[in-house]
Amino acid sequence: MTDIFFYIFSIVALAGAFGVVISRNTVNGAMCLIVTFLSMSALFVLLEAYFLAVIQVLVYAGAVMVLFLFIIMLLDVEESAARKTSVYTWAASVIAFGILIVGVVAIYSADSIRTKAESLPEASGASLKAFGYELFTTYLLPMQLTGFLLLIAMIGVIALSKKAKVDS
Amino acid sequence: MIGLEQYILVSSLLFAIGFFGILLRRNTLVMYMCLELMLNAANLGLIAFARYHGGMGGNLFVFFTITVAAAEVAVGLAIIVALFRKRQTVKVEELNALKN
Repeated sequence: MTDIFFYIFSIVALAGAFGVVISRNTVNGAMCLIVTFLSMSALFVLLEAYFLAVIQVLVYAGAVMVLFLFIIMLLDVEESAARKTSVYTWAASVIAFGILIVGVVAIYSADSIRTKAESLPEASGASLKAFGYELFTTYLLPMQLTGFLLLIAMIGVIALSKKAKVDS
Repeated sequence: MIGLEQYILVSSLLFAIGFFGILLRRNTLVMYMCLELMLNAANLGLIAFARYHGGMGGNLFVFFTITVAAAEVAVGLAIIVALFRKRQTVKVEELNALKN
């Protein structure tokens, strides 16, 4: 049963990702990205990382994408019909993509990463208590640094938008 | 039974698509969205490894990655807005002040 869900959500995630790359309209691309993020959070649920699935929906599909859509609306970017993508760009990106896909398939078809069915350990990411305990004992310093980083980001954003206002 | 290799395949395919988008598109906002996609693909790989390894480390790493990515999005979009106010464009081809 979970196998079917895995295939459905992976295909939806990959299709959404292609939608981001292909769609000419930026807003449509952002919507496709939301679909990708939601199906990736479903994949997180299948991996029994429930807390991270919730965080994924709240932070990525919620806050980050709202910020993206807000900026897209704010900038009022005209349709990208102005200039076509050049043949060189297309060729270079397709070749690079192809090389990357060859590498991915080579890794996938290698025998060394095959997992045995009975070797699946007990899920440890499911327990929120264990998550919080680890966060405030082993990873206390990274936790503090992350909080500091958020403060720096906030000050940086305020400074950036203030300077632009003075210029205009 | 879905094994680790299927998750890694999906994760690396998502990464490859994000990379493709960054090379192909010339709109800064779309490139930035593809960057987010690549970050998320790496997160999926980390969670899959953590699940099949049986530890908490990968999950906590993903937690920190999501936090840093949120901060990064805020700063990056502020930079894009500042750039748009100055140059009236978000196309990377027209942002060539350092060329020549």
